Amino acid sequence: MWQWFHKLGSPKWFFGIAGRLIPWLGFGALMLLGVGIVWGLLFAPADYQQGDSYRIIFIHVPSAYLGQSLYVAMALAGAVGLIWRMKMADTFIAATAPVGAALTFVALFTGAVWGKPTWGTWWIWDARLTSMLLLFFLYLGVMALRRALEDPENRARASAILTLVGVVNIPIIKFSVEWWNTLHQPASIRMTEAPAMPASMWVPLLICAIGFHLLAGWLILMRMRNEILHRERRARWVRNWVLSQ
Amino acid sequence: MQPESRTPVTLTDAGSGLTRAGMTTFHRELLIAFREKQDVINPLVFFLLIVSLFPLGISPETEFLREAGAGIIWVAALLAILLSLNMLFRNDYADGYLEQWVLSPQPLAMMVLVRVSAVWVASVVPLLLLVPLLGLMLHLPADRIGVLALTLLMGSPVLLLIGAIGAALTVSVRNSGMLLALLMTPFYVPVLIFGTGAVTAFGEGASITGHLAILGAMLVLTIVLAPFAIAAGLRMSVANG
Repeated sequence: MWQWFHKLGSPKWFFGIAGRLIPWLGFGALMLLGVGIVWGLLFAPADYQQGDSYRIIFIHVPSAYLGQSLYVAMALAGAVGLIWRMKMADTFIAATAPVGAALTFVALFTGAVWGKPTWGTWWIWDARLTSMLLLFFLYLGVMALRRALEDPENRARASAILTLVGVVNIPIIKFSVEWWNTLHQPASIRMTEAPAMPASMWVPLLICAIGFHLLAGWLILMRMRNEILHRERRARWVRNWVLSQ
Repeated sequence: MQPESRTPVTLTDAGSGLTRAGMTTFHRELLIAFREKQDVINPLVFFLLIVSLFPLGISPETEFLREAGAGIIWVAALLAILLSLNMLFRNDYADGYLEQWVLSPQPLAMMVLVRVSAVWVASVVPLLLLVPLLGLMLHLPADRIGVLALTLLMGSPVLLLIGAIGAALTVSVRNSGMLLALLMTPFYVPVLIFGTGAVTAFGEGASITGHLAILGAMLVLTIVLAPFAIAAGLRMSVANG
């Protein structure tokens, strides 16, 4: 049962598996996002209060959700790296930080674009927006720390510790709506309740959300493969692989 | 004269050994702060300067200063602590003291906590003593200054302990000041929000127990957890410097 876990620690094995997964993830992401975004932007009914401007949720909600969960994933990888000294965990953090930062930025940007017609302002110092901005800074911090430390071992442990410390901030983000409860509407979708929006709205949103997950997985695996090639550039199997291309 | 009796160190001495090591560390830290007075004075002057920039830069109106004073003092204190962080372990790292510390049989997390407490006493408490003066200069009413000082008293150890995590992680990086500011500021925001929130609530006549309770919770949480993160960071920096 632990065999797959040990295999995860082998860059060569991971490189192969990732290479086989990448086309599927890419294809799935393109299909789902194509269907979900076209459905959401063109065919889903307009909101009775917000009109067409609500349609940004098909981009905004999945990217905001992923922006948060990718940080948690990085922290989990950090814990795995610290406990089992698994090399791939740090590769995951290296690959994920820019993707997470980009998605958080997309969530902030689309939120600002949506806020202008809906709230009448690009930005508001609401708890949720502020904590999302802070999450963006947390990603930038991880990236800056990685760039500052030269020793790979140091870089791995430092970013693992930093993401573990940072993950304390995630509950503050999640529950800030309940704590301060200012302008931002509560979370659009909850796992425990039936969605308040009609199926014609939440089905495309769900498709988009899955599509965004596949997209993130695709990007991260491709970045991880690059990272592995760079780290193992002196290994024989890398030379053989490069020569065979 | 009798020769000094030397008792061999046994396991039962571990408790008193920790206490003694803690006392020694605390004492050493205060002694260093006392001898290197400039390191204590610089953040204080910086604190005063930052606060005096706000009336100059925005408005010297009594109304505005009374409104914004608590926030200004909080931000200035936060910046003063933030900018002094990169010196927290710098010298100890350079002269090899940290290595001895990591090798010593005392639990590193405990020693770290003692060390940071000593730094708090030596360089943050003087900062807090300036708060009443600055409060008067910003026309804050006396009772509000009291609440402000109380929130800073509870919040500043949190700032220092969280910042020490970043300082431990970047102690091997040259010119880490800007990097530390980038790393640590996001973690400071909740403390700032509840610290200034308490003063605002007090000004509006609302209860501040909730704010103080959350600040206290943060304080307890960081005192319990941060030393382990700092210790892990120091171990890493010493091992692979």
